[in-house]
Parts: sequence; C-alpha cells; structure tokens
Amino acid sequence: MNIIVLAKHAADPESEIRVSSDGKSVDEKGLVFDINDWDRYAVEEAIRLKEEHGGEVVVVGVGYSDDTLRKCLAMGADRAIKIPLDAGMDSYRTALAIKEAISGESFDLILAGLMSQDYNNALVGVLLAGMLDIPFATAVTSIKVEDGKIRVVRELEGGYGEENVLPLPALVTVQSGINEPRYVSIMGIKRAKSKELREVGVEVGEGFIEVEKVYTPPVKKAEMIEGAPEEIAEKLIQILKDRGLI
Amino acid sequence: MRVFAVAEINFGELDPVSVELLNLANTIKGDGSAEAVVIGSSISSHAEKLAKYADKVWKIEDASLENYNPELYVDVLLQLFQKEKPDVVLIANSSRGSEYAPLLATKLNAPIVTDIVGLDVSDGVKATRYIFQGKLLVDVLVKQADTYVFTVRQGVFKEEKQASGEVVDAGIKPSVTPKREFSQIIEPEAGEVDITQADIIVSVGRGIEDASNIELAEELAELLGGVVAGSRPVIDNGWLPKDRQVGISGKTVKPKLYLALGISGAFQHIMGMKDSELIIAINKDPEAPIFGVAQYGVVGDIFEVVPALIDKLREIKG
Repeated sequence: MNIIVLAKHAADPESEIRVSSDGKSVDEKGLVFDINDWDRYAVEEAIRLKEEHGGEVVVVGVGYSDDTLRKCLAMGADRAIKIPLDAGMDSYRTALAIKEAISGESFDLILAGLMSQDYNNALVGVLLAGMLDIPFATAVTSIKVEDGKIRVVRELEGGYGEENVLPLPALVTVQSGINEPRYVSIMGIKRAKSKELREVGVEVGEGFIEVEKVYTPPVKKAEMIEGAPEEIAEKLIQILKDRGLI
Repeated sequence: MRVFAVAEINFGELDPVSVELLNLANTIKGDGSAEAVVIGSSISSHAEKLAKYADKVWKIEDASLENYNPELYVDVLLQLFQKEKPDVVLIANSSRGSEYAPLLATKLNAPIVTDIVGLDVSDGVKATRYIFQGKLLVDVLVKQADTYVFTVRQGVFKEEKQASGEVVDAGIKPSVTPKREFSQIIEPEAGEVDITQADIIVSVGRGIEDASNIELAEELAELLGGVVAGSRPVIDNGWLPKDRQVGISGKTVKPKLYLALGISGAFQHIMGMKDSELIIAINKDPEAPIFGVAQYGVVGDIFEVVPALIDKLREIKG
C-alpha cells in the first residue's frame, strides 16, 4: 500500500502569538514551529498502515524548512518531497502545488491532518481530493484496510461517529487522537539522514485570498484574581461560598 | 445578490445553524434574495420552517439522500446551481458542511473561506475568521469570482431576520453513483459518569501536562462534590475517557460551576461549556481565549493554585 502523507511545518498556537507591525501577518519572533499536530497523527497512521500492509510512505511538505520532513522520515516515512513555496493562508495554492508535485507518484491513499494548527482552514485535504477527483473522508478516527477499500469512522458532533467505505485510491484527513504518535528515536534520526528528501519546484498562479488585516480579538475579559496562590485560593473560595456552591 | 444557504440536517432534525445561515444571507443579500436549499428525504416540514426566514426554499428530496454523502450533496447542488446561479453559497462549518463545502468549491471553481464569523460584501468580498485557535482574527479579501463559498461558524449569526418565502420542489435527483458508501451511524460511548448531569465540573486541559496529574483535579472535584471532565488534548492523550470530553465533538454541559484548569479555550471547547452558570479559569497564558468566556480568571500555575485551593477546602470541611 503506497501512501502519501501531507505534513505542514507550522507555528504552535501555544507559542507567543503577536501581530506584526504591518498589521497583516503574524510576528515570527516568539513563534515555535513544529510538525502540525494533526499531521503528526496522519504520519503515524501512515506508518502503521505500512507496517501492517507493506508498501511505501512518502511525506510531502510545502514550505522552505526541512525540519518537519526530517522528523517524519525519522518516524519511519521512506522518502520526502519538499515543495519550496510560501502559500501563506491560501489553501487553494497549497493544494494545487501538492497536486503538481505528486503528479508522477502512484499511490493508494493520501493521508493528511484534519486542519493546520496555525490557520485552522481545514481545506487542503478536500481541495486536493476534489482536484484529483478521488473519494475522501474528513475527521477520521479509525481506518481499516479491506480488499481494495478502506472502512473509516468519521467524527460527528456530540460524540457520534459515522462509518463509511471508500474504494482506493482515496484521501483521508485524520482527527487528532486516532492513534498515539511514536517518539522519534535516535536510531530513527540517524536512519533519516540517508533517506531521500527531494525538492520539487512548482509554479502555481495567484491564489483566491489576500490578507487585509490581522488583529487581536476584542474579548469580554474575566474579572482577574491576583495574589499569591493562598490568597487566590481564599478569594476563589469566597466566590464559591457567595454562590452557595460550598 | 443571490445568497444560498444550504440547510444542515442531522439525524432527521433541522439543525439551528440552518436559520443562522439564513440570518447572514438576509444581512448581505441587499436587494437580492436569501434562498435556502434543503437536501434529504422527508424534508417538507424542514422546508416549511426555513421558509419563515427565506425568500425561497429549494427542496431536493430523494430516498437516496436520507444519509449524508458528500458526493451526492455536491452532485445535487451543482445541478441546482447550474440553473439558479448563486453569488454566495453559505454552508455550516459542521463536521458535514466543512467536508463537502471544499469539494463544491473546487467543482464550481469558486473561492472558499471556512469557519467565518463575519462577512462584508459592501465593497468587494471580505470575510473574517479566527486563526491560531482563537488567538487572532484575520480579515481576508476574496478575489472577485462568479460564486463564493463560505462555511459559517455556528452560534454567531443568531439575530433572526424573518421573511416569508415559498417552498419550491427543485425536481433534482442524484445523477451519480457515489464512490464513498455510507455504512452506519456509531452511537457515543456510554460511561459511568454523565458529565451533562453534573452541577460542578472540574475540567482539565493540556496544561495538566501528564496523566498522573489528573489526580489533582479528581481530589478537587471530590471536595467540591463534582466530577472531572476534559478538553480534546486530554482525551486524545487517553488521560480521560471519551465520554468526559467537553466540546462540539464531545458533550455540551451547563453546570452551576465550571472550573477550567489549564484550558486555553479553543472555539470547539467553548461551544460545549459557555452556558455554564459560573466559569472560573486558571491558566498560565494571560492571552488564553478562555478568559473571554470566564467570569473569573486567574493567570497562574495550576500546580500552585489548585493545591492551595485543596488545602483551604480541607480546612473548611474539617
């Protein structure tokens, strides 16, 4: 089973997020980049499917950094394709670039994370499936391989799920929690150094969107309680007492 | 401007977000029309309800549409949109809507922006959405096109705008055999503790750092007479069972007290707990979106504040 897995090198939303002085982008200072959290699950799922069913895992990333692709190789992907392009927030250009870059690849399955942890568009996967005209499913929490098909469970609202069967080739975006991603071992990192990381340049035209303004949301702020931990505890207990909760 | 809102049907019920889509449609249509599309089998009552908020309701009814399938949804929508040219198509940013909307956009060659919380069409087309899990907002200008597709965040466009439209049978049937087959609906797991019934919930997020620290929350919950719940990362890590998850994909809770420990407050989580009577949040990050819904907030380390709280409660309880 040949699997293409998409992995984004993305800023962690838990890092220090600030608007740049141009008011149109996010200040890179203070940002910590890593493999997009949802993609980490996708890469793990790809490797598990390969371990069970054989084949090859090719990781594909859009952007200029090698770090995430190397990490995926260290996790167990066989080779990597890097697409040096800054698509910004425009998912359409990202999907188009990936479509071009994998045009020579044969695959049974494309795996991607449900969304990226920075822009949360949840678009690249389905746009790519639409461009390739292959069946797809999103927010998947389980994948079972059957003869020429996969049986997947999608996450719905309220704890419900939905089971679907897709013929291969297909594209699946995975929800976090589908598996427990493995740690990258020292041996894995050593082995990854000798694996192929190929750069594929593609030309994609203009995108659909242009960022006009990035800003901090106006929020109704909570009444903040300050002091040493003991003082804070004291004040919280008073609030709970006043409300008849204790 | 012709604005089409595609209704969301879940388990045979019309989801309230369908009306919210029409509220937005009515706000932006100008001297055009707000039109609803309802897809499924046995949907006449849904269509009638939507007609109170729309200028026209297009009914696409077929037995094969009883269960949602993205390929069939896009197929029937394309048939409708070839005849009735929409300027804007609004779809719920739900697990289903956010799945078929991008496919529809590729087939219509339309720009798409997902999970929007604002839309301005007065001078070009400008959409507003959150990035970085709610920490920042972004306004994006969308390139001029014949048709635009947007998925709309639920719970945002709640101000109802009445209309009285007619229901029209679109006379459309699916024209393709989908590659993807629907198999079955899977019911939620039932656990020992029903968090939806609890008056007091101590909820933990990523900030709890490790499974062994859940004990701290359990101790606090026990002293308060409540139960422990968690946000998505805690469930994903297997530190709490799935039936303790609060949020869109988990449970919606309305306790008397919701104590959020180390929860940053992604939208998906907030939707599951924002109607709690009292929300107190403790988090290291002063910018955490959870402080936007909490009545009381503490910027601090839960591993210092929670033990202090436990000590004080013990003193009171003797």
